[in-house]
Amino acid sequence: MNTVIRVENLGKKYLISHQRSERYVALRDVITEGTKKIVKRMVRPGSALSQTKEEFWALRNVDFEIKEGDRVGIIGRNGAGKTTILKLLSRITEPSEGRIVIKGRIASLLEVGTGFHPELTGRENIFLNGAILGMSKSEIKRKFDEIVDFAEVEKFLDTPVKRYSSGMYVRLAFAVASHLEPEILIVDEVLAVGDAKFQKKSLDKMEDVSREGRTVLFVSHNMPAIESLCSRGILLDEGNVILDTDVNTVVRSYLEKAMTDYKKIDLERRVDRHGSGKIRVIGFRVLNDDNNEVKFLQSGKNYCFEIRYKNNAKKILKNVEVSFDIYDEKNSRVLLFRTNFTNDNLDLDSSDGKICCKVNNLPLANGIYHFSVFIVYEELEVLDYITEIAYITVDGGDFFGTGSLGLPSHCKVLHKAEWYAE
Amino acid sequence: MNMEENNKDYLVIEAGKSEKNYFRDIWRYRELFYFLSWRDILVRYKQTVIGVAWSIIRPILTMVVFTIIFGKIANLPSENAPYAVLVFVALLPWQFFANALQESSNSLISNANMISKIYFPRIIMPVSSMIVALVDFFISFVLLAIIMIFYKFAPSWKIVFMPLFLFLAILVSAGAGLLISALNVRYRDFRYIVPFIIQFGLYVSPVGFSSDTIPGKWRLIYSINPMVGVIDGFRWSIIGKGVEFYMPGFIISIVLTIILFVVAIIYFRKTEKTFADRI
Ligand SMILES: Nc1ncnc2c1ncn2[C@@H]1O[C@H](COP(=O)(O)OP(=O)(O)OP(=O)(O)O)[C@@H](O)[C@H]1O
Ligand SMILES: [Mg+2]
Repeated sequence: MNTVIRVENLGKKYLISHQRSERYVALRDVITEGTKKIVKRMVRPGSALSQTKEEFWALRNVDFEIKEGDRVGIIGRNGAGKTTILKLLSRITEPSEGRIVIKGRIASLLEVGTGFHPELTGRENIFLNGAILGMSKSEIKRKFDEIVDFAEVEKFLDTPVKRYSSGMYVRLAFAVASHLEPEILIVDEVLAVGDAKFQKKSLDKMEDVSREGRTVLFVSHNMPAIESLCSRGILLDEGNVILDTDVNTVVRSYLEKAMTDYKKIDLERRVDRHGSGKIRVIGFRVLNDDNNEVKFLQSGKNYCFEIRYKNNAKKILKNVEVSFDIYDEKNSRVLLFRTNFTNDNLDLDSSDGKICCKVNNLPLANGIYHFSVFIVYEELEVLDYITEIAYITVDGGDFFGTGSLGLPSHCKVLHKAEWYAE
Repeated sequence: MNMEENNKDYLVIEAGKSEKNYFRDIWRYRELFYFLSWRDILVRYKQTVIGVAWSIIRPILTMVVFTIIFGKIANLPSENAPYAVLVFVALLPWQFFANALQESSNSLISNANMISKIYFPRIIMPVSSMIVALVDFFISFVLLAIIMIFYKFAPSWKIVFMPLFLFLAILVSAGAGLLISALNVRYRDFRYIVPFIIQFGLYVSPVGFSSDTIPGKWRLIYSINPMVGVIDGFRWSIIGKGVEFYMPGFIISIVLTIILFVVAIIYFRKTEKTFADRI
């Protein structure tokens, strides 16, 4: 097979300024900063100038090769550098070091609907967006009906897209994008939009594309989608490639890494949280019926999700509402337990203590889940809100009490149903 | 497997190296250029009926005011033509410059999303946004024809040279527009400079009066403003008789325009690779 992309020692450096969050500067500040520096230099010659900019490597020493027809999933945590790689490959931004050699026409889809103009009609936007994505006018004309069909917007073709519902907007945008026929297709996290039905349709379309033998680079946080679309995976972490092999191994390794990483972080010291801090979550464990800590869960068993907290208010807090939420790998909230659903608001002791959220007959299907805790006082003061306090796997179990362990993993929540035939 | 890297089919992206095929790339993206201009024109003339009316009313109002102030009150000479024609002929290139500068200098910022999400030669953006100004120019040109018919004033045969001066106006606007649009990405407060240039420029350029009212010894320095050469050229080619062509000033205008344009292109190309990171 031919190599179509070769990346050698690729690196991308950003300058991040510590003073402000914006990426641009104002001339006014350049002038005032400049004057300050000159004054400083005159007052104290040779003194170090205050450093306001810092170099930051979003990507470093990256090497890989992509062969014709490869379907590669690029995965990694937020900020790992996935989008940066795609931006370099599609020439949106320039590398700071290294080189890339590409053979063939690349189309990159970093977002659906780039360049859509709200004042223009659906028809006009199809042409505009098509051109922006690199299609020629004749190509768009040829595929026009197909695009309209796919998006299911026939009736609204001559309506300005500002009057579209967000669902229609996304459908139209994706429809245009999915009719690209480049030799190499680069897609960033764009399937996460739209409703479930449309997501399914988009995924199917992506599968068609990959079956046609096109080279595909696909970034997503949706592990099942990555596994079904790609044959090879590249795992990125802090700007480095740490694994590049078959997709299943890479996905498993990523999920395991995510779990262990989060376990390492001491909840007490985490700063990515909200709330007044009168109550602080400082520990989390899952206990089974025998009060022993468990490392993984089984469907159908009983568990106590134990939240240890510190009471910084040093007084008894009455009527505290606690919410314990469970998310799946795609970050969708699948279960939510809240004290006020069942009139169970708690009174918290003035010293430190524990809260137990006891869940009997755990209804989660196989998969990896994570949790968040939200604690509110008197319905208005958020005491503590912290997400991703732990990752844990649900693996096996006999939820239905049939002795069979063959539980599905393509659904998230299990429940008994009664069946009739009439 | 080794890749044939000198082959034309291969695209090599390397740190710090600008592309060899820059101009071929611009050619390849010409359809995007058409579509972006088409979008701007569509949006401009669709958004409001007032938008269209505005592009007609504004130059006429300016003409009326200038004719009254400079022609009637200050009683300045009018070069054998009705004062209104004198003013409107100058307003054509001036309005074009003002609109083009306004559109192009903001084009990168207002299309930030496109810049950070797709690749295309960035120069397409400010240049395509000038096309709307060109369309406005042609609308104004029709207006001029109507005004001339109204005053029963026939244009000179030299009008065949008018496109040359229009081209010069395009160069001036493109130079200023490219430079400011690129500076705008880096230093956001440059956008405050544009309205200033346009406001101030209208009064220092010979729009409301003829350049001949400038005393001879100042004439050369006055021509440092490249729009002076453009406006004088328009008057010379359309009004014709009685309008003298001041060559030294015109040459200065041309030279400065070319310098501005070249500097703008160089600066734009130097910074365009970092647009996506800063925008
Ligand atoms: N223009 C920029 N200026 C400064 N820093 C940037 C810029 N663009 C990206 N970064 C930083 O580079 C790092 C990598 O970003 P990137 O967008 O590639 O992450 P990602 O893997 O795509 O993350 P996500 O999963 O959230 O999309 C991040 O830390 C980000 O903050
Ligand atoms: Mg990203």
